[in-house]
Amino acid sequence: MTPPSNRLLELTNVGKHFGGVTALADVSLHIHRGDIYGLIGPNGAGKTTLFNVVTGLYQLDSGGFQFAGQSYTRCKPHLLAQAGIARTFQNIRLFANMSALENIMVGRHLRTRTGIWGALTRNAAARAEERATVQRARELLDYVGISAAHQTLAKHLSYGEQRRLEIARALATEPKLLALDEPAAGMNATETVALKALLQKIRASGITILLIEHDVKLIMGLCDRVAVLDYGKKIAEGAPEEVRRDPAVIAAYLGGETTEAPDGTTSHSTKPASGQVAGYRPQAGEGLG
Amino acid sequence: MDIFFQQIINGLVQGSVYALVALGYTMVYGILGLINFAHGEVVMIGAMIALTALQALLAAAFAPVLAVLFSLMIAMAVCMALGYSIERIAYRPLRHAPRLAPLITAIGVSIVLQNLAMMIWGREYHSFTLPFTSTSHHLGGAVMNDVQIGIVIVALVIMAGLMWLVHHTRTGRAMRAVAENPAAATLMGVDINRVISVTFMLGSALAAIAGFMVSANYGIVHYYMGFMLGLKAFTAAVLGGIGNLRGAMLGGVLLGLIESLGAGYIGDLTGGFLGSHYQDVFAFFVLIAVLVFRPSGLLGEKLAERA
Repeated sequence: MTPPSNRLLELTNVGKHFGGVTALADVSLHIHRGDIYGLIGPNGAGKTTLFNVVTGLYQLDSGGFQFAGQSYTRCKPHLLAQAGIARTFQNIRLFANMSALENIMVGRHLRTRTGIWGALTRNAAARAEERATVQRARELLDYVGISAAHQTLAKHLSYGEQRRLEIARALATEPKLLALDEPAAGMNATETVALKALLQKIRASGITILLIEHDVKLIMGLCDRVAVLDYGKKIAEGAPEEVRRDPAVIAAYLGGETTEAPDGTTSHSTKPASGQVAGYRPQAGEGLG
Repeated sequence: MDIFFQQIINGLVQGSVYALVALGYTMVYGILGLINFAHGEVVMIGAMIALTALQALLAAAFAPVLAVLFSLMIAMAVCMALGYSIERIAYRPLRHAPRLAPLITAIGVSIVLQNLAMMIWGREYHSFTLPFTSTSHHLGGAVMNDVQIGIVIVALVIMAGLMWLVHHTRTGRAMRAVAENPAAATLMGVDINRVISVTFMLGSALAAIAGFMVSANYGIVHYYMGFMLGLKAFTAAVLGGIGNLRGAMLGGVLLGLIESLGAGYIGDLTGGFLGSHYQDVFAFFVLIAVLVFRPSGLLGEKLAERA
């Protein structure tokens, strides 16, 4: 076991129900600082619900979680963002009618101060802050590799660019934990490889990443630890290769939930993920998606 | 042609007032999806406060210009507090209620404010006279006085300022972000309740300015004045495309012009059968026509992007 101080996020017996449906049942897990932590499971397993709970969009029904040493049971989203949790959405939620640059500038809201009086009086502090906000937003556009698109309205960006913009906007809040909900969904192989490089760059900068993903190769190649959810319960947790061999995981994926299974297992045309999973064979992960 | 130019001027003056009030409707709608039918009453309260403050300041021997300026500022401050309170007390508890509930509440707030004003200021018309003479200027065959010139200029400056605020400041970006996608905005650390409060206060400040303008232009204040003005401004917001700031300004000016030209020519067109007192008909004719033929308004987008 790792010492608790190394745990950035720790969930303890988290439960969430919608009417009679149990979306999360007694889920406990912890994420180490600096890790990339993968969250996988069949559709409807509760992955996105877990995201919504730790970002404050849903209030949990039982249990609680600790983030950066602070305990939470009920908390407003903007306060969790303040504490250092940022996320992206499975279905991209950009500010469609604002430019790429402006989207990121909204992300700076949390780390800037100027109120309406400062804006109206245009004092030196307000002007300096606005300049710094523009500057930082441009740097982030550059960081995720879409600097050419800064004046383009978000809704006119390509799908891959929108995903990158959403990540840049989340980074603008200066998070400790970046939670990404299926960032590779809908991306082609080349875009996925580029995304993987971007995520590694983000982790190298000291930001912990929580990743929901169906692309098994991406998960196996990136994650330090993986948890598997099924019907709202955590059925396995550990290093990727352990989890992949776990009988409960294989059962969960093969036991009638075959619809999304081929996702990760059919796209092995590109180079092997990384040394850490050199022994990874597609057929061994059959059904794990 | 003299009548034509005169009516254009009258329309621009009235349209400037409609535009300022319509902005209040459209900002609140853009962020909450709520028609704040009490907004017209905020205009009326602004006019009443300005009247009382102006009289008190003049009685206290303030210089006329300062008295006008201070009374306007007092009216704005009171209306901002009023707008903030209306949202906190009447609308926030109903944030997640079915849409009909806040709508009916808005009508209720409107009635409460009217009656409150009647109790404070009485049922009679009050004359509202500025403490300096307003000279008339002849432009061709048409006449425009200082007050009217002031109304148009102040309205233009305020609208330009608002557009700048919304598009180039942190507060404005937060407002647009909440209007586009509240869930994403809150994850960026935007406090939605704060943005909503700021929106109500901004709209109410504009309402106070508009209230001062109509009072100065017509020289009369009355506890019922906000009702019709509010409906007209709402019409202007719908005409431009509710939720769209540029639309509210365009709709306000257009409605002012339509009304004014309609009133100027209705007598000629009907052979004297209908007089200029039918001018209100035009606004509501426009409202019906927009709702039937172009419900999204002139600059409105189709209602698809609300999350």
